[in-house]
Amino acid sequence: MKRFILKRLGLSVITVFLVCVIVFFLTHILPGDVARQYLGRGATEDDLQEFRRLFDLDQPLLSQLFSWISDLLQGDLGQSMQYRGPVTDLLLPAIGYSSKLAAVAFLIIVPISIAGGVISAMNRGKKIDRAITVGGLSASVIPEFVWAILLVLIFGVTFQIFPVTAFPRRGDRDLLTQIWHLVLPSISLLLVLFGYIARITRAGVIEALDSDYMRTAVLKGLSRRKAVLKHVLRNALLPTIAVIASQIPYLIGGLIAVEIVFNYPGFGTILKGAVDARDYSVLQAGVIISSFVIILFQLIADILFAVLNPRIRQKVSE
Amino acid sequence: MSTTPTLEFRDLEVAYTVRGIDREVVRKVSFSIAPGEAYGLVGESGCGKSTAAFAAMRYLPRNGKITGGSILFEGQDIVGMSTHDISVLRRSAISMVYQNPATALNPTIRIGEQVAEVFELQGFSKSDALAQVEQALIKVQIADPTKVMRRYAHQLSGGMAQRVVIAMALASNPRLLVMDEPTTGLDATVEAEVLDLVRKLRQESGTAVLFISHNLGVIRHMCDRVGVLYAGALVEQGATEEIFSQPSHPYTVGLLRCIPRGGLHKNTDRLDTIPGTPPALGTHFSGCVFADRCALVEDKCRTTQPEMVAVGQSHVARCFHTDKAGSMPRAIDTVTVSVSQNPNRATTGTRLLDIDHLSKAFTQDGHAVHVVNDVSLQVGVGETLGLVGESGAGKTTIAKLILGLYGSDSGSHVVLDGKDLAATLGKRDVKDVGAMQIVFQNPDQALNRRHSVTRIVGRAVQKLRGLSADASTERAHELLSGMRVEATLHSARPVQLSGGLKQRVAISRAFAGAPQLVVCDEPTSALDVSVQATILNLLVDLQKQDGTSFIFISHDLGVVRYISDKIAVLYLGRVVEFGESNRVFQGPHHPYTEALLSSVPNIDGSIRKRIPLTGVIPSPSNPPSGCVLHPRCPRMAGSGVEHLCSSAEPALTEVEPGHFMRCHIPLDQLRTVQN
Repeated sequence: MKRFILKRLGLSVITVFLVCVIVFFLTHILPGDVARQYLGRGATEDDLQEFRRLFDLDQPLLSQLFSWISDLLQGDLGQSMQYRGPVTDLLLPAIGYSSKLAAVAFLIIVPISIAGGVISAMNRGKKIDRAITVGGLSASVIPEFVWAILLVLIFGVTFQIFPVTAFPRRGDRDLLTQIWHLVLPSISLLLVLFGYIARITRAGVIEALDSDYMRTAVLKGLSRRKAVLKHVLRNALLPTIAVIASQIPYLIGGLIAVEIVFNYPGFGTILKGAVDARDYSVLQAGVIISSFVIILFQLIADILFAVLNPRIRQKVSE
Repeated sequence: MSTTPTLEFRDLEVAYTVRGIDREVVRKVSFSIAPGEAYGLVGESGCGKSTAAFAAMRYLPRNGKITGGSILFEGQDIVGMSTHDISVLRRSAISMVYQNPATALNPTIRIGEQVAEVFELQGFSKSDALAQVEQALIKVQIADPTKVMRRYAHQLSGGMAQRVVIAMALASNPRLLVMDEPTTGLDATVEAEVLDLVRKLRQESGTAVLFISHNLGVIRHMCDRVGVLYAGALVEQGATEEIFSQPSHPYTVGLLRCIPRGGLHKNTDRLDTIPGTPPALGTHFSGCVFADRCALVEDKCRTTQPEMVAVGQSHVARCFHTDKAGSMPRAIDTVTVSVSQNPNRATTGTRLLDIDHLSKAFTQDGHAVHVVNDVSLQVGVGETLGLVGESGAGKTTIAKLILGLYGSDSGSHVVLDGKDLAATLGKRDVKDVGAMQIVFQNPDQALNRRHSVTRIVGRAVQKLRGLSADASTERAHELLSGMRVEATLHSARPVQLSGGLKQRVAISRAFAGAPQLVVCDEPTSALDVSVQATILNLLVDLQKQDGTSFIFISHDLGVVRYISDKIAVLYLGRVVEFGESNRVFQGPHHPYTEALLSSVPNIDGSIRKRIPLTGVIPSPSNPPSGCVLHPRCPRMAGSGVEHLCSSAEPALTEVEPGHFMRCHIPLDQLRTVQN
């Protein structure tokens, strides 16, 4: 098992490294000069030279890559072109905010979606099953920013149940208030992800319900409820874990859009600002961080999957 | 004797709702099982036997329901019982064991915990329950219970998993045990052990058993009384001995006749079949359910439903002609096939295939695992070589090596018709590929379900014969018609065909390239006995007509004996015995062959002393020293050559003309101990 984790960890490190290299070359090799792009047509040759010197753009490509990666390893994400300050200062607090939103969203999305899938499977073919399946699928075809706007209009503006922004006013930032402000953004993400996760859960539960070992459990004399709790859920949730992990990229993508709608000073809002200002160093850092998060969660999912599934656990420990 | 039977079916009717229509699968079935009695239900697939078994547990599929009659457990009707009451009954009085023990166990819960659940339901505390599990596992002869308890289902062999399931079923000291094909899919030696165990446990506990099997041999050995089901109706019932010695319903007679039993051989005997096909699910009958396939049918049979008639003491049959059934005319499909002129007939003498020092090692976790070890065999023109042995013996691997699906290790030679073939399929030319083909066990998986039957066969003809598209199609039609797949079915897709027809299509495909040798890997194992008979007849016809040779792999020794000219017995990737079919079956045998043969429950009822193989099949990654069989060998002890057995691997030597054996014990000594 240790070997398996180490191996996976090693692979993840290699992946992160490759992502770094690819991102670096994408921003540096793409047609167009970064300095010209950033400073615009009006810039003089001197301005451009100065800018290149400031951001090391006049160095050979490979040494740029080398110094960039060694900076990365030391936790230095470079200097923001727009704000002329360290990217870390800009991104760290934003990541903190986004993590809060992501955590709240995750805690809302995962239990509700799994519960939906389980209820759906247990009532296979009945009205509630169809409602959950069709409803979930319909909701997921509408993008999260449209949901976000709709939710703000309905629950924020018309009925005024929830705040219209995700960020509480200064002086009013205790934990509960903060969470309360994050509910509406989370729901817009829930609406998009629910259908998919519920559907996968439903399939897993149905497979387990129809399995021979479930039959064994019932024929042993277990009540249906006990049999489901003990024999079905563990087996059924295995595939779901992998699916949820694979949804992390969508969650991050969705966060960006939702943060902007709710005017939340998170990672997404910063990234959007960087795009608007053509701030390449911030963009680079943003892409690296999000890939890092995605790879991290995939790693966690793989390990969890192995821990829960004895068949894989045994294989990997051999 | 107690007057209340343990289980009684009274005019039970079960229906499945398929596309909104109720289809009858069990039709007014009545029988009863006395305390301590073993009652067998036999019949071919789709006859409703499993449905009847699950009905006894009151566990039907989601679309199934009991539409009439009653099921009495110790006099108490369980049909109308509440869910809670039935659960109580299941945890205290009735248990079930079924096919596929591996899937019957939860893959993510340790064995000990799963078995303990049953004891916890009876009110034991968690720790007491675990202590009970140990006893329960010892009872089913699991030698190392604490080790097994810590394992997961996938870490157990099939036989071991079935023991665990049986232990779980017996944990509640049930008064009724329902066994649905409990040994189907297990190796013959394992099957014999499980059956012995069940018989022993029954003697100890006096549990009544409802035993379901398609295998008449198993039923004959396990049951006191037998009921024969056809199309959901009970057509005959009586004491086991009477049913087998004096079958009185034409269906029972037909069923017994199509089995290739000991002594029958393709050269002298053609197998009987049951003409026609079984009725579709839920067909409505105004007369006898078997009328359409019966050799004795009269007008009366089609209009009036026959009643059960007594034909002996407690032996009844649902037929107007019980007196004539035993002597009814044989049903032999005499229509011969016509595949016509094989252009690839072997050219050099009588030897077609020479397998020389065939070996294969797979690499597993960095270690070489020798799955096939120095196998040398020959197949003559128009000859059938049967390969037998337990699973893991290397039968299928050898077949795949011959066909080039796996590349054999260097030093191996596969010589077909005088030509040394390349190790892998990709390096062989089209003619050699066409010359050797395979028929798989499961035609469902072997045929492309998106293509029509004509296209499946036509493409093979096109590839292997190099014919134009039109000519290939025409040839495909010829082949299919030759294999008696009717022209109206040529445009059908595999899913629309029955199992037997699908296998005919698969055989047609194998014959597309006019092969000299066809490997048949368990071609009839998934089929009912009556269909099996027609497929075996077809293969024999093809061989007689074209001189095609076969390599025939089967776990069913009766089938192998019937169709084979020569037999090779494999153990752990080695040939332990090779020779003429009759020689190998009549003996003297290699000790392994002897044990294998003695484990088959035959339908002739002759009681043979079982020669048990102790222990489990060793892993090929770590084979025993000396003779690979020696840790399990039933004849080593007292042979006087024990020191040799455990130190040196015996060579395959010709012990008498044409009869090869890999054993240190002298032939005469084997002959003496085996008589």
